[in-house]
Amino acid sequence: MRIYTPKDDVQKKSYYKDRFFVKPPVPRKEVASDEVFLDDVQSVKTIITILESYIEVEHLVIIINPEDNFKVISYLNKNRDYDFLVELTAVDYVAKRGGFEIVYELLSTSKRKRIRVKTFIKVSETIQSIEALFRMADWSEREMFDMYGVKVINHPNLRRILLPHDWSGHPLLKTYPLHGDESASWYEVDKIFGKESRETVGPELRDSACVDRYDTDRFARLGHEVSKGTPISEGNEPDTPIRYQEEGGVKLFGAKLVTPFDEIETTHLKQRK
Amino acid sequence: MQQTNRLTPFFENINFEREDNTMVVNFGPQHPSAHGQLRLMLELQGEEVVKANPDIGYLHRGIEKMGENMTYNEFLPTTDRMDYIASSSNNYGYALAVEKLLGIEAPRRAEVIRTMLIELNRIISHLFWLATHALDVGAMSIFLYAFREREYAMDLMEDYCGARLTHSAIRIGGVPLDLPKNWTEDLEKFITTLESQIPIYEGLLTKNRIWKMRLEDVGVIPQEMAKSWGVTGVALRGSGVKWDLRKEMPYGLYGELDFDIPISDKCDSYGRYKCYMQEMYESSKILKQLIPMYKESDTQLMAHSPEYISASKEDIMTQNYSLMQHFVLVTQGMRPPVGEVYVATESPKGELGFYIVSDGTPYAYKLKCRAPSFFHTGILNDLLPGHQLADVVTIIGSLNIVFGEIDR
Repeated sequence: MRIYTPKDDVQKKSYYKDRFFVKPPVPRKEVASDEVFLDDVQSVKTIITILESYIEVEHLVIIINPEDNFKVISYLNKNRDYDFLVELTAVDYVAKRGGFEIVYELLSTSKRKRIRVKTFIKVSETIQSIEALFRMADWSEREMFDMYGVKVINHPNLRRILLPHDWSGHPLLKTYPLHGDESASWYEVDKIFGKESRETVGPELRDSACVDRYDTDRFARLGHEVSKGTPISEGNEPDTPIRYQEEGGVKLFGAKLVTPFDEIETTHLKQRK
Repeated sequence: MQQTNRLTPFFENINFEREDNTMVVNFGPQHPSAHGQLRLMLELQGEEVVKANPDIGYLHRGIEKMGENMTYNEFLPTTDRMDYIASSSNNYGYALAVEKLLGIEAPRRAEVIRTMLIELNRIISHLFWLATHALDVGAMSIFLYAFREREYAMDLMEDYCGARLTHSAIRIGGVPLDLPKNWTEDLEKFITTLESQIPIYEGLLTKNRIWKMRLEDVGVIPQEMAKSWGVTGVALRGSGVKWDLRKEMPYGLYGELDFDIPISDKCDSYGRYKCYMQEMYESSKILKQLIPMYKESDTQLMAHSPEYISASKEDIMTQNYSLMQHFVLVTQGMRPPVGEVYVATESPKGELGFYIVSDGTPYAYKLKCRAPSFFHTGILNDLLPGHQLADVVTIIGSLNIVFGEIDR
């Protein structure tokens, strides 16, 4: 019997487990240790509630309620001089906490500081678009929707950006399979004909782009071209190698225009420039 | 309006039923001036663009997904495939992010070599940009000149790491190899050649009437638009914002180095061109300062941090404990502390950031790459309307976008 593996997180996991290994945290600092950040946090606190705030690797991290995202980022942009939205993305915590963490990275060029605004939404919840504040959120939110399926409301044009529009599934979810279903080609065969006739029927062709190499009508057999409709089958393949006119040089009015490459005649550079 | 379902998908280039006489042109994805796999759906009124809609994703390989399913060291060569014109910059950005997460620092000699590599890469990238951009606009000969110098720079990279395009020459915690013999002399020779050649490129272009007509006042990015779209790098500096992470938020050795940040307040393609040319001088200035720094530095190449970084080859071959440690790190991968980190570096294209969430296992819980070109493509939405069709090529060229990092 196979070992049971949970389906809610199919990402690759470490095979080796050390029972006594204690994972160390990345050191965090109090907000009070940095004057600029302390000022920012206190001023943001006057408009909304901050759930948590700390400094991690020179970044101020503030965690807010999801309904406040537009308000906070607008405030940070207009009143606190954070003029760049650098990054906007989601982190999949569906299996652990039943939702996504939305991350906004802001940069202030005048203070030379970076803030990370984080908020948590449940899978069924939506998040307000901040496209009206930063145009770049247009594409970032589309990418977030494409990769995680996070619904963004008030977005002008929420459709897929990297994947084709008829794609199903969101690839950066932890539940998204890492490889295809290899036995899928037998599903229909087993159902219609029964498992015992697998050998006679053969696997179902599920790749619509696949072309039979013996189909001379639709398949150019590179290097072995034959005229259309030539009957060929396995073991009976006419050989038509490509011949180039240029072999031996191209002649133009009797004189040679292109001479074939001669390794001995060619000059080599003595030293590099 | 089209009725769409799974059998009849939505076609964006069908608008015959509309009453106006705009024409939809599909620029790309196989257009040679689209710099990769960019599909631009342009709505034209005569020759004027009235609406532009960039369609990306033709080169999407799921690099972020790969990053979540590979150990930290395994993923490093994959970062080469993002901005493949300047792959060392990606390696450096990623390595620096993981080092910040681990809380370690590369030794000085490694840092000097890394800085040399990324600055050489910046020159390679800028030369490539100049060559292809000028070729797009119609100046053929500059392409041959710039590619010649780029070839010498790539020879230097090849001498160091054996690869010309995808280097993977930077590791988490340092660099694997010291510089080969006479490499610094070759580098000096290259800088001298380059500095004598850049005036020739400028002589061909800067005062060239056609070049100026094609570039001046084309693709004007006002400061507000640049900030709103998250535009960074030369495109931002070309819009008059003096912002270069190497200078303003220095990392690595950049705090000690003496160089200038060229800016232009013209906001157009010509201003960006001027910045690019000036940046090549600045990079060679940095390289010149690095050569004596290299000679003075200690010989250690990898950070000493037995929990995360393998010991030197010599130790692995002679010390039992180092061999065990190396075995564990190779088979299981390093287990960084639990936490998050966002580290941005100034790549030749702009701010290249890596956001890594670690849950203490050998695989990153989340790895997001902030690619500058992604937003430089997005801005085409707002930038192109109002321009002529011929200017589209100039604008795409002057933004210096690379599809490896847009689609990831």
